[in-house]
Amino acid sequence: MIKIANGIAPRLSIAILLAALAPPARADTAAPAPEPRNPFEQQAGAEIYNGVCQGCHMPDARGASGAGAYPALARDRNLEIAAYPVAIVLKGQKAMPGFGNYFTDEQIANVVNYTRPRFGNHYRGKVPPADVKAMR
Amino acid sequence: MSDPAQTPSRRSLFQMIGTVAGSAAMYHAMTVLGHAAESPFNGPIKLSAPPPGTSVLVLGAGIAGMVAAMELRDAGYRVQVLEYNNRPGGRNWSLYGGDVYTELGGATQTVRFDPGQYINPGPWRIPYHHQGILHYVNRLNVALEPFTQVNYNAYVHSTKMFGGKPVRYREVQADFHGHVAELLAKCTRQNALDQTLSKEDRELLLTALKDWGALDANYEYGKNLISAERRGYDIDPGGGLDPEPAPSEPRAMSDMLRSGLWAAIGAGHSYDMQSSIFQPKGGMGQIGKAFGKALEPLIQYNAKVIDIHQDAGGVTVAYVDSRSGGERRTATADWCVCTIPASILSQIPMNVGGPMRAAIDHLPYMASLKVGLQFKRRFWEEDECIYGGHTYTNQSNRVIGYPMWDYFSKGKGVLLGAYTFGREAFIAAARSPEQRIEDALECGARIHPQYRAEYECGVAVAWHRVPWALGCAGEWSDEGREQHYNNLCALDGRIILAGEHASRLAAWQEGSVTSALDAVERLHKRVMNA
Repeated sequence: MIKIANGIAPRLSIAILLAALAPPARADTAAPAPEPRNPFEQQAGAEIYNGVCQGCHMPDARGASGAGAYPALARDRNLEIAAYPVAIVLKGQKAMPGFGNYFTDEQIANVVNYTRPRFGNHYRGKVPPADVKAMR
Repeated sequence: MSDPAQTPSRRSLFQMIGTVAGSAAMYHAMTVLGHAAESPFNGPIKLSAPPPGTSVLVLGAGIAGMVAAMELRDAGYRVQVLEYNNRPGGRNWSLYGGDVYTELGGATQTVRFDPGQYINPGPWRIPYHHQGILHYVNRLNVALEPFTQVNYNAYVHSTKMFGGKPVRYREVQADFHGHVAELLAKCTRQNALDQTLSKEDRELLLTALKDWGALDANYEYGKNLISAERRGYDIDPGGGLDPEPAPSEPRAMSDMLRSGLWAAIGAGHSYDMQSSIFQPKGGMGQIGKAFGKALEPLIQYNAKVIDIHQDAGGVTVAYVDSRSGGERRTATADWCVCTIPASILSQIPMNVGGPMRAAIDHLPYMASLKVGLQFKRRFWEEDECIYGGHTYTNQSNRVIGYPMWDYFSKGKGVLLGAYTFGREAFIAAARSPEQRIEDALECGARIHPQYRAEYECGVAVAWHRVPWALGCAGEWSDEGREQHYNNLCALDGRIILAGEHASRLAAWQEGSVTSALDAVERLHKRVMNA
């Protein structure tokens, strides 16, 4: 059971099951059941990046481009200050949804700490979960 | 449709009234005839003739863009439409055998479905009260057929209860209603509601509970022929010397509660899911195709918009070929209806005011996944008597949708093997199309053991990977709407936005239609007052 640190009470497993069984949508392609959102199970930074983030930022973190684009995280100066990616993951930006309700402080710290020294980035130092909590 | 020249249809009758007596009279007539009451769609719009030569550039040939283009053209505007894709429809889209789809990241899927088979990656149902989209469906002569939301003989499934075996929806609903009715009847008879209800009302309630919950003479829900009429029989009634019918055994209240399966009961209760619901014959994409044909000379395909600029003289839109890039071209007009999704538009330079820009930049786009799976035979029909409708599961595929056409045909069939939002859809976007299909097969095989032997081919669309949408639809929060919605919809100089994101029917085609009509009417008013 994942502990939720953002003020959402930890849910019993049955509650998760119920949410899982809720009718899929109130709109045609869409409108998810408003709450609760099921948290992700992945914990390690690599698991979270590969299991979630690469859906848009791509496995090599180079982003992608169509009618619009997903920004690269590879060689990304925006990762220099850890608070920046923490804020984006928490709150989202433009079309990117915020993941504050999906991830714990630890998970967000883990994935930010995974990305900053990788993909052609060389930023040192780790952001602690307490800093994520403070930014919620 | 009948020929309006010979037998005036209701629509042409309304149009006649509108022409001679004005739109208010037409609306009144429609209301009296019970037509307009249920929908924000107020009947076909009728714009007066604009000043000769007035031009409008429409960006996007999805439902909103094509509704706008059609109405503006009909009113006498000079209309040009720019579209990123090489086809009309946008998210109104069906995938057929032979179609090739390349997602962001480069994974290419060639659909190998048989002729007549398809999947709708986007919208797939039209509730009866979505009179706006239904108006255009009928105007374009697109044939409709029924869409079944709730199938009482499909399943509700939890890996954690009843040995992981799926349970028929019919039994879940009957048992839950039956047990709840029994409990409430018990409370009523033990005088627990005496403070709340009069004696007469309590008696009426007991009668109603007996009827609603299939209770017996003692107000109990049990194994008998009364409950069997709801949840089904162990031995169904037959003819001649067939054995006598035998009732089935209800599941215990405690098990039903803990299973969570009751959460599926509301599937068909919401306004948008109530019967009647329709789907176009041959796929939702037939609507987009019909629109595209009707607007053929106006739409320029493969046009990627890269800049939108307005000034005192008009609107200039720069674009390049969406396939090859290359030379920068421009299109100009007096006005612009922009239906590009906010997910894309937030990345395109456009000189609008701060409030509209903030609204565009505010809107996140949802993740969603749909997987279509073709099977050699329609085993859900042949083996399990499931004809259309949906099975709900706690697994990561969430839903199995059964094809709602060609029932009893001996051939193949395509299932909607997964339909998800939120966590499951994010995870799916991070996996390859092959992995998404494998996930859907693994989940489905726990419900239908026939899956592995009968599976042939599939296609998986994760909406965050769709190059021209970057998500399935805008996800408005209540606070976001409060702060930004009106600013998103307001006319900004010569530019007005339309689409599902500029509607209160998020992700529904009806939102696109009503948004486009509202935008066109306000733009037209502005033109006429210029």
